[in-house]
Amino acid sequence: MTATVTEPQPLTFDQALESYEPVLGFEVHVELNTVTKMFSSAPNAFGDEPNTNVNEVCLGLPGTLPVVNGKAVESAIKLGLALNCQIAPYCRFARKQYFYPDLPKNWQTSQYDEPIAFDGFIDVELDDGEIFRVEIERAHMEEDAGKLTHAGASGRIQGADYSLVDYNRTGVPLIEIVTKPITGAGERAPELARAYVSAIRDVVKALDISEAKMERGNVRCDANVSLMPKGASEFGTRSETKNVNSMRAVEHAVHYEIRRHAGVLAAGGSIVQETRHWQETTRTTSSGRPKSEADDYRYFPEPDLVPITVTEEWVETLRAELPEPPAERRRRLRETWGYSDAEFRDVIAAGLLDAIEGTVKQGASPAVARKWWMGEISRLANARDLDPAGLGVQPATIVELNGLIEAGKINDKIARQVLEHHVDGEGTPAEIVAARRLEVVSDDGALSAAVEKAMAENPDVVEKVKGGKLKAIGALIGPVMKETRGQADAGKVRQIVLEKLGVEG
Amino acid sequence: MTTTPQSLIRLTAAQMAAKLAAGEITSVELTQAHLDRIAAVDDTINAFLHVNAGQALETAAGVDKLRAAGGTEAESLHPLAGVPIAIKDLIVTKGQPTTAGSKMLQGWMSPYDATVIEKIRAARLPILGKTNLDEFAMGSSTEHSAFGPTRNPWDTGRIPGGSGGGSAAAVAAFEAPLALGTDTGGSIRQPGAVTGTVGTKPTYGSVSRYGAIAMASSLDQIGPVARTVEDAALLHELIGGHDPRDSTSLPEQVPAFAEFAANHDVAGLRIGVIKQLQGEGYQAGVLARFQEALDTLREAGAEIVEVDCPSFDYAVGSYYLIMPSEASSNLARYDGVRYGARVLPEGGPLTIERVMGATRAAGFGDEVKRRIILGTYALSAGYYDAYYGSAQKVRTLIQRDFDAAFEAADVLISPTSPTVAFPLGEKLDDPMAMYLNDVTTIPANLAGVPGISVPGGLSEGLPVGIQFLAPARQDARVYHAAGALEKLLNDAAESPLWAQIPALVPAAGAGPDASRPAAAAPAFTPEVGGAK
Amino acid sequence: MSEISRADVEHLAALAHIAMTDAELEKMTSELGVIVNSVKQVQEAAGADVPATSHPLPLTNVFRDDTVGHVFTAEESLANAPDAEGSRFKVPAILDEE
Repeated sequence: MTATVTEPQPLTFDQALESYEPVLGFEVHVELNTVTKMFSSAPNAFGDEPNTNVNEVCLGLPGTLPVVNGKAVESAIKLGLALNCQIAPYCRFARKQYFYPDLPKNWQTSQYDEPIAFDGFIDVELDDGEIFRVEIERAHMEEDAGKLTHAGASGRIQGADYSLVDYNRTGVPLIEIVTKPITGAGERAPELARAYVSAIRDVVKALDISEAKMERGNVRCDANVSLMPKGASEFGTRSETKNVNSMRAVEHAVHYEIRRHAGVLAAGGSIVQETRHWQETTRTTSSGRPKSEADDYRYFPEPDLVPITVTEEWVETLRAELPEPPAERRRRLRETWGYSDAEFRDVIAAGLLDAIEGTVKQGASPAVARKWWMGEISRLANARDLDPAGLGVQPATIVELNGLIEAGKINDKIARQVLEHHVDGEGTPAEIVAARRLEVVSDDGALSAAVEKAMAENPDVVEKVKGGKLKAIGALIGPVMKETRGQADAGKVRQIVLEKLGVEG
Repeated sequence: MTTTPQSLIRLTAAQMAAKLAAGEITSVELTQAHLDRIAAVDDTINAFLHVNAGQALETAAGVDKLRAAGGTEAESLHPLAGVPIAIKDLIVTKGQPTTAGSKMLQGWMSPYDATVIEKIRAARLPILGKTNLDEFAMGSSTEHSAFGPTRNPWDTGRIPGGSGGGSAAAVAAFEAPLALGTDTGGSIRQPGAVTGTVGTKPTYGSVSRYGAIAMASSLDQIGPVARTVEDAALLHELIGGHDPRDSTSLPEQVPAFAEFAANHDVAGLRIGVIKQLQGEGYQAGVLARFQEALDTLREAGAEIVEVDCPSFDYAVGSYYLIMPSEASSNLARYDGVRYGARVLPEGGPLTIERVMGATRAAGFGDEVKRRIILGTYALSAGYYDAYYGSAQKVRTLIQRDFDAAFEAADVLISPTSPTVAFPLGEKLDDPMAMYLNDVTTIPANLAGVPGISVPGGLSEGLPVGIQFLAPARQDARVYHAAGALEKLLNDAAESPLWAQIPALVPAAGAGPDASRPAAAAPAFTPEVGGAK
Repeated sequence: MSEISRADVEHLAALAHIAMTDAELEKMTSELGVIVNSVKQVQEAAGADVPATSHPLPLTNVFRDDTVGHVFTAEESLANAPDAEGSRFKVPAILDEE
């Protein structure tokens, strides 16, 4: 089915934007993190031996019947509310019928003309902080399909000798979020695509309804792109790039499709309405299955499932459980903490918003919290190949550690050692300081002796200091630190040296 | 009464249960008597696709042992414990094959039990085996079974009704005192009518459908098959009730139906005669027995009124759109990928598409294909509103007709079937004539209301069935009305109708070995395995 | 409603994944025509104001708790499989060779 006619060269992105206005649309599938599947009590789990997270319902055995997972319905309503949607007071499931070996019943239980949530929007924040509102057409519940592995030289569906089917993923609850056509993004369309998927991911994470790991397929994006000549109001023919599974890839896919469409249109050709496949290696898309009249899904209301009615009371109960919207929360925290835009972006990228918020709540200043999490904790995590948030350091520990510094009991350097010992499981910071006898030497006698010794061993340095080169004091601090096993306070050492030499500091 | 095996099998299930409880007979004796009967007559009747002798006798022995030991375990046995039962082969059972009467599922072993089977096992009824049916329950004569037709014990040249001809014939031929059926458009009631037995289609949701292989999900219902109304009521009590695995299962508990069946007082009971279900198209003999039933009930004090259900004229049309639509979807899963037959196409590239096409071409019979294609048509783009949509609106109208009728009457009455059993092969080449045979039973399925067929006498030596219908959730009313009519007619005739079933003289030398080949099946060897 | 053509039946058979010979298509076309003619009267029965009934009894909101029930082992899952490899079902190629 691959088109044998070679397509015209894509235009450059800038060329494309000179003549055309891109129109986007997204279908994002979110896998819910329920314990069990949408319609059966088999576990919703990832990575197990094939065909072991299934029962007779998942396999579509004769005589089996579905029963709706109530938790999944609540998740769908919550997501609908978070996306500012109307919640349908009455909706049904429908059978979407097509034969494919990853579908045990050869239909997918989905929702057709009665989605549980519809007519919403999400405000998407672009890199420069500009807000772009994306209108949501609908969010509906459905079930995932099984997983096919194609055997043969290529490992791809084309040219495979045979395929193997694992039904573990069959019936995992999905919510499909469909946008209305998005116009007006212009040259920022690719960036908006990434930001939109990112925003959806943030929302479902904040709602705690999905693991939201794109690399595991918890969030999957189909990106629709069409172009219309500038100034036109009628949409062009769209392509649908399937299963773009990272935010970067979404951005690149939209970027490429805009260029490809423009190339075809500029050469006087027309766009085929078809499915496109994203090729990560070449950052291009390839032709998939054309949409045809054969796509007759013969939807009808699922007779084995009864309708769902959602009362006002139920909606309000769930609305009360909603967390603060991620975008609002970010805005609030940035303002409260006073970080620069760059600092704040780095915190978000490191996934440390929660950790820092927790640390500030426990009493640390935003600056101190950021210093520790973005600094030493990130370094330790990096060395251990872990996420900083996954290192196991609690906000309270940071507060305690900082308290020890502020009380002058340890210095910064010692504090970093204490943290590492803590991560290694040696106890609380106070316990570690006590056990390892790391408290700063503040005893003037001992410190004075150490300074005397250092001065005696470094007469040239002493001369320099006497001559007014105060910077040279640093050369004495090292030996003093060595003498006191690092427990001296550098400021104190400097003060003693100056006193002893009678030099004004 | 001496308890010879011949007399044992002619008892009612309630009588068998009483004798078991009293220690007069053992379940092993009773079960063996039925297995012997199956061995003797089923080569002729072909009611069973699989006989489960070993497991049945094991269950029977277990019941006998518990009874012999006495004590609380014996006392807490279900009243029907030890009474054997036959299961329509559309209901899945662990440890026995389930074929749905189709080559598609030949050899398939269910890894799970239907909810009704779990209940039957918990109550310790020995399961005699699996009974024949039209393929995937699609038919009114059991001639569409892939494993040969079942024959009517009243006249083995005639059909036993369908789709549950196997269960009805088994009960009529004394091969089993009880059986399970499924009723999508009359598959319990119509076989009951033409075999002179009793069958109930419960209110939709009264009995769990979990484990009943689906034909049309919004119409299918499992129900009891028996020789008496009381026996049907007892079995309905056992299999009914809420099941969390069936989303359409009603939440309420089932009442004591047998008590209603035992109430023979119909004084003041308002019985509505459905104007649309009589007259043209009904055999004179059927109408004569129907009229006698009305007269009998009226004499007993019932108030006979006529009710008008104009939308029933559209019931067959509505049914033959909704049923195939849902069936076309429910049967999509038989594709040769996960279970069942896989047939490789002859020549051409070996792709899964073509394997599915070849598998479904070889695995399904003509009637199943007809309904799948019809249903695919009714649901396809551009036709949905005209066909499926219109049919569902008719469904609303039929419900409204029932609502109005039940304002005027407590129960409704009609002949169960327009005709007595017709000769094998008579309607096989005329699908539409076969479909019209369901005109009387279909409205109950479309509306979800309960219905029962009870013997109403003979016409030219063949049984005529009388159908009672009641409002949804009022299954007790059909047991009351049917139980009363059964009693009145039995008293008048001085014996139950089924006592007149021909003897089906056992073939000489029929031994106790009840196990027999799964079916007198046409040869069918699906190519299994090797995708290369 | 338009008559059902042989081409229609061919399309329906393809949608339903049932391979049919020419003779079967011919027979099915004529049978389907008769049946559809008999059932199409339903279109005149109800006006636009009559709602459709999808479920015979009006239950709503039947939900299951989100707790795990039994699962099959891979062996049990594959017990009835026409073909398998390892713990997965095996099916012929999904696309035609190109």
